[in-house]
Amino acid sequence: MTSAGANPLAADHADIALRYPQYFRPNWRLRAQVGGVVGGAIAILILGIIQLEIPIGRLLRGLLELGDFVRLMLPPDPGSWENALRYLRALGETVSIALLGTLGGALLAFPVALLAAHNVVANKLVHILSRRILDTVRGIDTLIWALIWVSVVGLGPFAGVLALVCSDFGTFGKLFSEAIEAADKKAVEGVQSTGGSHLHGIRFGLLPQVIPVLASQVLYYFESNTRSATIIGIVGAGGIGLQLAEQIRVLEWQKVSFIVLLILIAVSVIDLISSRLRFAIIGRAPSRGH
Amino acid sequence: MVRMPAAIPRLQDDQIHALSAGYASAVAAKRRRLAIGAVLLVVAIVLASWSSEVSFAKLLENLWRFPAYFVGLIPKISLETFAADIAEWMWGIKRWLRLLGDTLLIAYVGTLAGALVGFVFCFLASANLVKSRAVVFATRRALEFCRTVPEIVFALIFVLAFGLGPLPGVLAIALHTTGALGKQFAEVVENIDSKPVEGVTASGGNWFQVIRFAALPQVLSNFVSYALLRFEINVRGAAVMGFVGAGGIGQDLIEAVRKFYYTDVSAILVLIVVTVMLIDFVTERVRHRLIGVEAGQ
Repeated sequence: MTSAGANPLAADHADIALRYPQYFRPNWRLRAQVGGVVGGAIAILILGIIQLEIPIGRLLRGLLELGDFVRLMLPPDPGSWENALRYLRALGETVSIALLGTLGGALLAFPVALLAAHNVVANKLVHILSRRILDTVRGIDTLIWALIWVSVVGLGPFAGVLALVCSDFGTFGKLFSEAIEAADKKAVEGVQSTGGSHLHGIRFGLLPQVIPVLASQVLYYFESNTRSATIIGIVGAGGIGLQLAEQIRVLEWQKVSFIVLLILIAVSVIDLISSRLRFAIIGRAPSRGH
Repeated sequence: MVRMPAAIPRLQDDQIHALSAGYASAVAAKRRRLAIGAVLLVVAIVLASWSSEVSFAKLLENLWRFPAYFVGLIPKISLETFAADIAEWMWGIKRWLRLLGDTLLIAYVGTLAGALVGFVFCFLASANLVKSRAVVFATRRALEFCRTVPEIVFALIFVLAFGLGPLPGVLAIALHTTGALGKQFAEVVENIDSKPVEGVTASGGNWFQVIRFAALPQVLSNFVSYALLRFEINVRGAAVMGFVGAGGIGQDLIEAVRKFYYTDVSAILVLIVVTVMLIDFVTERVRHRLIGVEAGQ
């Protein structure tokens, strides 16, 4: 915009700015706040780079090396049919770990979630205590649980199942209790008004409402647990992660990319199945329609 | 005054039969579906147990062994020498706190870097802002890849490329965060009100001006909220980066577990759990304030 006369928009702009100065005054308070937050974020970033001693030179060299790795990964190749079969078996093991871990975690979490929901157990102490236990369990990562269970029950997929049971116990406990608390209390009151006890109210008023919700949450986590189950092999808890970590360590890049590809396919297939089942259970068609 | 009839009016017998038969068949159909589902589930469980070498007999036989490990984790603390016992349990607190600080910084730098890259790509993955289907498709697939590959796998590979230390951890978290946040950001952008976009376009704004003045004001608070949530998740993720040599507290934890230094394991776990809870608490506060700010406007 070279001159105001040539551009009617610019003339308008000046005119409007003159008539409504309050909308064109810079908001210094907001700017100071935003500047402060952004400045603080950058300061912590710089502190992080200094404290972690991130070497910028190694960053560039590493990127070049990474480029080499990627070139070596293509095309994905298991090496032999024997290897491919072994990886598929390991993948089956991974999915099994995810299934058993999810179901076990859900079974254990259900009673605790009932205790942690204030519309089932009104006792404040029980409520707080069960919540804290769930929070603590949830604060520990699946991989840490896997590491611990490996030293309790030894190497192998069973440690992986127990690790997923533990971490899901925390997650499901929280999700379930929230779902139970969000349930409509009219049904419970209805059952109790016809002479049912508190337990009858929970069984016939509450559970029929929440079971489909819980089931869909379990299915949703089955998918994310398959993803977790692919990595717990890194600490020796079975599944395809073991093969993956091994092939990375011996720099067999084509096998690495083959295994990663297998994992990606498996996760997306399970995602597809679980979302179909989820919609079937909560009685809604997938968003794309029939 | 008209009294309410004492007896509930009864339907005709044939009507009752028709209704109760319908009810019975509906219930039977539901039960049948449930039974089929249950059988399928049991088959899946049996197959899975066989595949993951779970033997319930062996499990029951060895169940009593489990508590021994966890009892070993409990430090010896008596009331008389309480302070000294705690000090002995937390003997490495200085080193562990420094490593925890490193862990938090790894999570922070990784989240920030990932959020920035995700921020750039989310607009390219939004069908309402980019006309080219190919660009949207390609960006989405790339983000999906970054999200689906677990960060610890990236870390394993990066450790080989960049050497041991926090750098591969930061990069792994950044890459995974790019995928996760890029997708969430793109969903937010696709749900914005299209009127401001049309307004800026109509008054002659180019693509960058549309993003800056029409899209950004609508999405920024949501973006920050998602990034904070991701930071919480990444703190947990950064705590295990040390397992593969990518810096942080994980290095000491895996050593303590492998060498059966029971009380060290519990000390580090307690520190991690407390840190994670603290971070969750703080970010939840900030997020609620952000949502409040948005609602107040």
